[in-house]
This record gives sequence, structure tokens and C-alpha cells, in this order.
Amino acid sequence: MSFLSYFINGISLGSIYAIIALGYTMVYGIAKMLNFAHGDIIMVGAFTTFTVVSTHSGNPLVGILAAVLVCTVLGVTIERVAYRPLRGASPLAVLITAIGVSYLLQNVALLLFGSNSKQFTSVVNIPALKLAEGQLSISGVTMVTIASCIIIMIVLTTFINKTKMGQAMLAVSEDKGAATLMGIDVNRTIAVTFAIGSALAAIAGVLLCSAYPSLTPYTGSMPGIKAFVAAVFGGIGSIPGAMIGGIILGVIENLSKAYISSQLSDAIVFSVLIIVLLVRPTGILGKTIHEKV
Amino acid sequence: MKIKAKGVTNQTTIQNLITYAIVILFWVFIQIWSMAGQMTSLLNGLLVPICTYVILAVSLNLTVGILGELSLGHAGFMCVGAFSGAFFTKAMASVIPSVGLRFAIALLVGAAVAALFGFLIGIPVLRLKGDYLAIVTLAFGEIIKNLINVLYVGKDSRGLHLSIKDVASLNLEPEGEVIIKGAQGITGTPKASTFTVGILLVLLALFIILNLVNSRTGRAIMAIRDNRIAAESVGINITKYKLLAFTISASIAGVAGVLYSHNLSSLAATPKNFGYNMSIMILVFVVLGGIGNIRGSIIAAVILTALPELLRSLNNYRMLIYAIVLIVMMLFNSAPKAIAMRERLMERIKGGKGKGAA
Repeated sequence: MSFLSYFINGISLGSIYAIIALGYTMVYGIAKMLNFAHGDIIMVGAFTTFTVVSTHSGNPLVGILAAVLVCTVLGVTIERVAYRPLRGASPLAVLITAIGVSYLLQNVALLLFGSNSKQFTSVVNIPALKLAEGQLSISGVTMVTIASCIIIMIVLTTFINKTKMGQAMLAVSEDKGAATLMGIDVNRTIAVTFAIGSALAAIAGVLLCSAYPSLTPYTGSMPGIKAFVAAVFGGIGSIPGAMIGGIILGVIENLSKAYISSQLSDAIVFSVLIIVLLVRPTGILGKTIHEKV
Repeated sequence: MKIKAKGVTNQTTIQNLITYAIVILFWVFIQIWSMAGQMTSLLNGLLVPICTYVILAVSLNLTVGILGELSLGHAGFMCVGAFSGAFFTKAMASVIPSVGLRFAIALLVGAAVAALFGFLIGIPVLRLKGDYLAIVTLAFGEIIKNLINVLYVGKDSRGLHLSIKDVASLNLEPEGEVIIKGAQGITGTPKASTFTVGILLVLLALFIILNLVNSRTGRAIMAIRDNRIAAESVGINITKYKLLAFTISASIAGVAGVLYSHNLSSLAATPKNFGYNMSIMILVFVVLGGIGNIRGSIIAAVILTALPELLRSLNNYRMLIYAIVLIVMMLFNSAPKAIAMRERLMERIKGGKGKGAA
């Protein structure tokens, strides 16, 4: 029974990684850049909810909406100010700028909130579900996290396949030049991608801090890296890949924490990534691109 | 043709000599400065770290600039070098009493162990490309840091004991000594690193890399960077040269690690000193200094290490300023529009001068 409970918690953690990884993978697919600041958007989302809920003693729902709004605006602004001018520059230049943005967000948060960790009150107050005569208990946060992940996945897939904007995103990720010729506004499409990715990061931040309630300016960086690993694991650029990668990563991490060693869990996660990439160099669902002369 | 080729060689030799001269002048300047009694303890404490970061930046530039592969795990090799070097110094304390000699051998040990790791990690990693290679190097760096945090090594009359659990499971004799103590790392390493040793190591690293770049091997490595398929088709052994560059780069990072570890009395692998953040910081030096430009790496490493410390009076704002400087520099240096604007400005200045002369 304890195995099942670790497994379900792993899926829940994996769902959070998956939601973050979706943002990574969409931005990568469309803008071909590693957005290292994505992890820090999670932290901004969590701090926004924290501030709104604690100062206005308000409804957690208002807090979540505020976080989504703040992060969406922030994501679009960052893209406009820091990344758009660098379109066409070398990928390394964009990477370093993203790292700069990441430092910037962390240090602004450090100035505003200090380095002491804040106790985040969970936004979910559903009682835990008791199964098998109380032997298996699934917390409210776990259920909400898994449910949100499934809903996000369905909505996102529908959005990309059924709407004009979604199709434009696919077109831009396939070939920027041809998309421009077809009358697609590439800049607007990329901005929308950043908006969606950042909104998802805000939700992930709130869920993450509801499950693991300590909040510091550096809260987002390790989950950010893990989600990045998840995105690569599933095949970067692929949306179902990010989902699968995130969940597998969460399960492996939780099971190795429970059964092998909590100190070595990160090493195990990274080792699995290395093995997967050696067998399938472009991830589980990644496309193989053949090099032509 | 022959004369021209000779001219080119002379030019690179002059450029290399300028690079060495800058490093030596820096050393002379600091010596004069401290003789004049102008050195604050803050600046004094910065000197060995600056040398460490310069060596790291120069060695990463070999991977990123010359070989053309993005590595985000350079701190891992530094970590391996730091721990193996400090371990050697501690373990051999009774065999080799001279601290200087032990430190010198520790540098070789650190370089050798880091080279071994570079070689073993390079075999699988260098099969990958681009961002995948970057993330796998990041993963290896994190694994190294993680493993060192659970490693316990002790020494007694029966030899060395190893464990990944705790001190008790080492089964040491009562007079045995624990050398690597898990997350607490190694304590009590003699402080053998000095600024002069650091500068000598910087010069050595420069000598190795600059000579490599201007050799037949270096040209083969750069040919792989510029066009892998073309290089392969003229008979360059891709795997061999990639591994060679990666291993040398790792080995030099290992030396930087030994220098780093002998500057601290207690050495522990934390996310701050050996995590991916450190690897990224070294990458920032390389990119801001100019990818493939060795001299640029040196200057960027010195300025960017000193900058946050010199801004210490600004307290919490210093890292904020650092971040903004980083973003603005990247936008100014790399944005296509900024480059075009700069070129137009240069042209106008030149054009103006031309008219004046006429």
C-alpha cells in the first residue's frame, strides 16, 4: 500500500513538472530558445498568490487569478524587452540573456521579500481521500494537481489543433519563413506562446507551493531545471512528450526518494535522463532530424 | 604564399605574447599595489578566486569556443579536481611532509582525475548534439555533486575505507581518520594556494590552450566545429579530436578545482560552488568575453568576479545591477539592430573624418 501512495505522490509531483515542462517545450518549439528564466516565473506566481492571499486574507481563487495575470504580463514583457531584439542572434546569446533575466527575477524577489523562507498556505482545502480502510490516503492537493494537469493537457491540445492561433503556432514552429509568407504574424504568435507558457508556470507555482509549502526567491530554479530535464526527456518541442517526461520524472524521483536514498534521488533522475538520451538521442517522442550536406 | 603564411604565424605569436603579457602585467601591478600597502583584505581574498575563474573560463572556452559544443557541467570537473586534490593532500600528510610538494602533486592528481572523468563522460556525451549535449553535461555535473555529498572516505593502518552511507559504516580503527565526510566534505586542507601560484597556473593553462589552438590538432578541432561533415570527409577522426578537446578542457578545470580547494580550510560540494549555477557563471564569462576569444575570457572573468565584490557597498542591489548589466551587454553586443546601429555610427565617425582630411 505504501508503494501505491508513493506512486500517486510521484504522479502528482510529475504533473507539476509536466505543467512547467509544457511552457519550456512550447517556447523551445516556437522560438528555438532555452528559456532559463521559466523556473523563476513559477516563483513569481507563487509569491503573487502568497501576497494576495496573506494581505487581503482573500479567496485563494483570487490569488491564483492574480498570479496567472501577473505572470502572463511578465512573460510577454520579458519576451518583448529581452528576447525579441535578439531574434536572429546566436542561440548562446539568447541563452545568456535568459540567464540574466533569471538572475534579475530572483534578485527583485530577494529585495521585495527577503531570503527567509515564507510559509505558503495551501490554496486547496479539500479533505484527503481515504481508501482501503484508511491505509491509503490521497491528499486534496495531490488530487487537484493531477486533475489540473489532465485538464490543462486537454485544453492545450484542443487549442493547438482546433484554433487558428494554435495552427499558427504549429506553422511557426515548423518553418518561420514560410509561416511569415502565409501571412502569419510571427511576433504575435511567439508572444502568445510566452503568455500561455507563463500562465501555466503561474499555476504550477501555486500547485508546487501548496504541496511543498516553503517559498524563497530560489524556489523555482530546481523545479525549473527538473522540468527542463523532463521536456528533453520526452523530446523537446513535443507537447505529449513534455507530459510523459514530466510524469515519469516525478514518479522516478519519488520512488527513489522512498526506496533508495533521498540524497541520491536527483542523481538517479539525471542518470535515467542520460540513459534515455543515449538510447534515443532526441528523447522519447522527439523527431529525428537527418543532417543533409 | 610562403611569406604570407609566415606573416600569419608571426601575427598569432604576437597576439599570444600580448595575452601572456597582460597576465604578467596584472601580477606585477598587484605586487606593486600590495607593496604600496594599498591592498584591502577584501581585494586580497579575491586574488586566488580570480585566478581560479580565469582558468575555468579559459578551459571552458576550449569546449564552447574552439570545439563548439555547449557544456553546462564544467563545475562538475572542477568539483572532481577539487576533491581529488584535497583528498591527496590530506591522505598523504604523513608520507610527504612538505606542503608545497604535496600541493604540486595534488595539482597533477586533480588534473589526472578530472581528465579521466572528462574522458569517460565525453564518450557518451559527445555523441549528442546541441541542446541535448548541454542538458546531459548539466546532468553529469549534478550527479558528480550529488555523489560527492554522500561519499565517506576514511583512512587507517589497514588502508582506505569507502562508504556511501555514514561514518560508522566505514569500520575504521579507533585511530583512523575520516577524510571525506559526506555533505561536510573535506576540512583542514592546508592553505597552499597563493596568487603567484594561481598566476603561474593561468599562464600554464594559456600555454597549453594557445599552443593547442595553433597546432595541427587545434585546426582539426576547429574544422569539426565549422563543419563536421566536411571535416569528416577530409579524413579527420571526429570522435578522437572531440574527446581530446573535451578531456583537456576537463583536466584544466580540475587544476582550477585543486587551486580552489587549497584556498579554503573546509571544502563541501554545495549547489553554490559546484552546482549548475557555477557552470552557468563560467559560461557567462566565456560568452561575454567573446566565444573562442581566449583573451576575452580572461578579461571577462576578472571583471565579472571583481564587480559584485566591488559593488558590495550597494548591498542587496549588487546582484540586481549585475543581472541588468548582463542583459544590457547581451542586447548591445548581439541584437541585430544594435549591431547595425553601431556599424552605422562607426561609419558616420569614419566618414566625418574622411571629409575632414579631404
